[in-house]
Amino acid sequence: MVRNFPPEFVVRVDREACINCLRCVRECPFGVHEYDREKKTWKRHHEKCVACLRCAYMCPTQAISIERSPMEYAPHPVWTNRVRKDIKTQAETGAVILTAMGNELPYPSYFDRLVLDACQVTNPSIDPLREPMELRTYIGRKPEKVELEEEDSSIRLRTKIAPNLKLETPIMFAHMSYGSISIEAHLSMARAAKEVGTYMGTGEGGMHVELYPYADHIITQVASGRFAVHEEYLKRGAAIEIKIGQGAKPGIGGHLPGKKVTEEISQTRMIPEGSDAISPAPHHDIYSIEDLSRLIYALKEATRYKKPVFVKIAAVHNVAPIAVGIIRAGADAVVLDGFRAGTGAAPQVHRDHHGIPIEAAIASVDRRLREEGIRHWGSIIASGGIRSSADVAKAIALGADAVYIGTAALIALGCTVCKKCYTGRCAWGIATQDPELRKRLDPEEGARRAANLLRAWSHELKEILGALGLNSIESLRSNRDRLRGVGLTEPELRVLGVKPAGE
Amino acid sequence: MEVPLRKAKVSREGEFVVVDAKGVHYRELNELINELVERGERKLRLLNVNGQRYIADGLRCECYIEIHGVAGDDLAAFANGPTVVVYGDVQDGAGNTMNAGRIIVHGSGTDIIGHSMRGGEIFVRGHVGYRVGIHMKEYREQVPVLVVGGTAGDFLGEYMAGGRIVVLGLERLETYPEIAGEWLATGIHGGAIYLREEVDEDRLGYGARTEKLGASDRKFLKEVVGEFCRLFGLEAEEVLNADFTKVVPKSHRPFAEMYSDAKEG
Repeated sequence: MVRNFPPEFVVRVDREACINCLRCVRECPFGVHEYDREKKTWKRHHEKCVACLRCAYMCPTQAISIERSPMEYAPHPVWTNRVRKDIKTQAETGAVILTAMGNELPYPSYFDRLVLDACQVTNPSIDPLREPMELRTYIGRKPEKVELEEEDSSIRLRTKIAPNLKLETPIMFAHMSYGSISIEAHLSMARAAKEVGTYMGTGEGGMHVELYPYADHIITQVASGRFAVHEEYLKRGAAIEIKIGQGAKPGIGGHLPGKKVTEEISQTRMIPEGSDAISPAPHHDIYSIEDLSRLIYALKEATRYKKPVFVKIAAVHNVAPIAVGIIRAGADAVVLDGFRAGTGAAPQVHRDHHGIPIEAAIASVDRRLREEGIRHWGSIIASGGIRSSADVAKAIALGADAVYIGTAALIALGCTVCKKCYTGRCAWGIATQDPELRKRLDPEEGARRAANLLRAWSHELKEILGALGLNSIESLRSNRDRLRGVGLTEPELRVLGVKPAGE
Repeated sequence: MEVPLRKAKVSREGEFVVVDAKGVHYRELNELINELVERGERKLRLLNVNGQRYIADGLRCECYIEIHGVAGDDLAAFANGPTVVVYGDVQDGAGNTMNAGRIIVHGSGTDIIGHSMRGGEIFVRGHVGYRVGIHMKEYREQVPVLVVGGTAGDFLGEYMAGGRIVVLGLERLETYPEIAGEWLATGIHGGAIYLREEVDEDRLGYGARTEKLGASDRKFLKEVVGEFCRLFGLEAEEVLNADFTKVVPKSHRPFAEMYSDAKEG
């Protein structure tokens, strides 16, 4: 049967500008450019192009441009090109379609339908250049009340404070495993986190020895596969996160194919080289909130109550009672991962169709914890599709304490979101273990750019606070009165807890 | 969290520090164990243990801990080296994600014993419950071993990625006489399970198959079953004189064909 499958992109080469240096052949990890040395002819495999743009930017004469293919199936509003291609792929392979990065379906974004307030006349705004502006955030359990005692004319804190993470800015780097991304990408984020005074997550792949100098700014992860989970690993990090679910693939586990389990990956995950690293869908020692509580306290016992323990879940329909259960089970923070969250590999059907928007999840969890009078028992960390300082501010105004950024951090390191992370052939040296490709990301340059992103967003956050007449990020938290909805329905406004614009 | 209840009574009997755990909250008991180990004590005897959780959790030492009574959930979870001998039963999760060490249980165990363990040994004289040895793994010279004298419940060795499980079936339950329950070794992609009777392949879960025992299997069984018998005062020759079934993975990559990219590439 004819494979009637139009390519997504076309590679255009300006033959006058091309000097046949073959740089594009060396740069493309997907084998798009092919040169026959004998016949001195070029062949471009358009169907292999993923529009990562590596060749275009590395071409010394700028002879290459990547364009969307003009050849498409006849237009149809329901049977879109993607739908038709998916069906053909599955008809050919009989297999699950794998993809990467975040949800691609055009669900509306609530962040883009929420606007921030600003001070005018009656309540003056604050100039952050002139006045102190506090972004420092503490993640973890807060005491019911603070008791002080006087001893020899000095005042001491009598209340025992649970361990908290101190963030200089309410933005952390999300958990992305070593294995899904390169050590260079991990190092870039670890250095940036330490420099800026925030944290990064290891993901399920463990902590590479090169990351040990930054361990006090690293959150370790305990996921269902328990890879790398070892008492030293737990004790080394600043906090521990139990991953129950992730926004890009709620309810399912993960399979790191054996071909990606190289020697170094095997050492860090503590599994044999070349063997599949399978994370089951559930943790098989957790079938209830009581079981979750058991693991939370097992981890606290193993680290002698010195580390905060977070629990990460995908934002799903009943997220509020689940999150309340998690906080009551003893977690110091609940991480809510929305349905736009990125991933290195996920079945497309799960990525695009499971879970709920992070905005709705933050608002409903924050409200429910307040209603139950236990909001101070644990922090809310929001993640999944945070693209800018405005998204951070809106997430915090909806009720989050801090956010995790994953995709945005990778874009800072050079990622162009070509959605081919799962192939392990990342042209920008991020989502790959190939030694040649990895050379393309310099961890020092990466660290500088990742830190710059945090600084730029932090600066913007201060300006946003100033415009709102606030001088501390804490005053913005759950301050939904400073948000208004534009083009949202009554039930949506009710869930988000915001008024419509103009009211 | 408030920790009321009483303080543990501590005394000394020869090399042993003896702790009376009656009515002592687990948090206090475990902190005491940690402090004793930090002070250099290497032999502890815990009396009247009655379900206290997390004993020897995350403990890194070559110490010896004797437990009289019932050890609570997650005994020696994440442990790295201790030997724990329980004169009684253990509850869920004994040896959970253990890296090194030894757990010897004179009674029975409940669910998820040896869950995700990467190293060390667990010997249970009696029966064990559901989900035992799920996602057991191995790494280099670390090959965990779990030996059960009685029977095991459903989901034994599910998603097993390494290590060895041996179920001897010396005693049977009246209600469920099978040596191991349903969904045996589903998703197994590493390691092996030895059952001391002939088991049909149709009783196995997805991804598992049986294999004939070889000389190295017999040598392994002689060693670990020998050790089991020595620990619990049984006659090794009698126990070994039976037909064993070995369950192994069909593939180290059970899901290799599941995704479209794998087929294309």
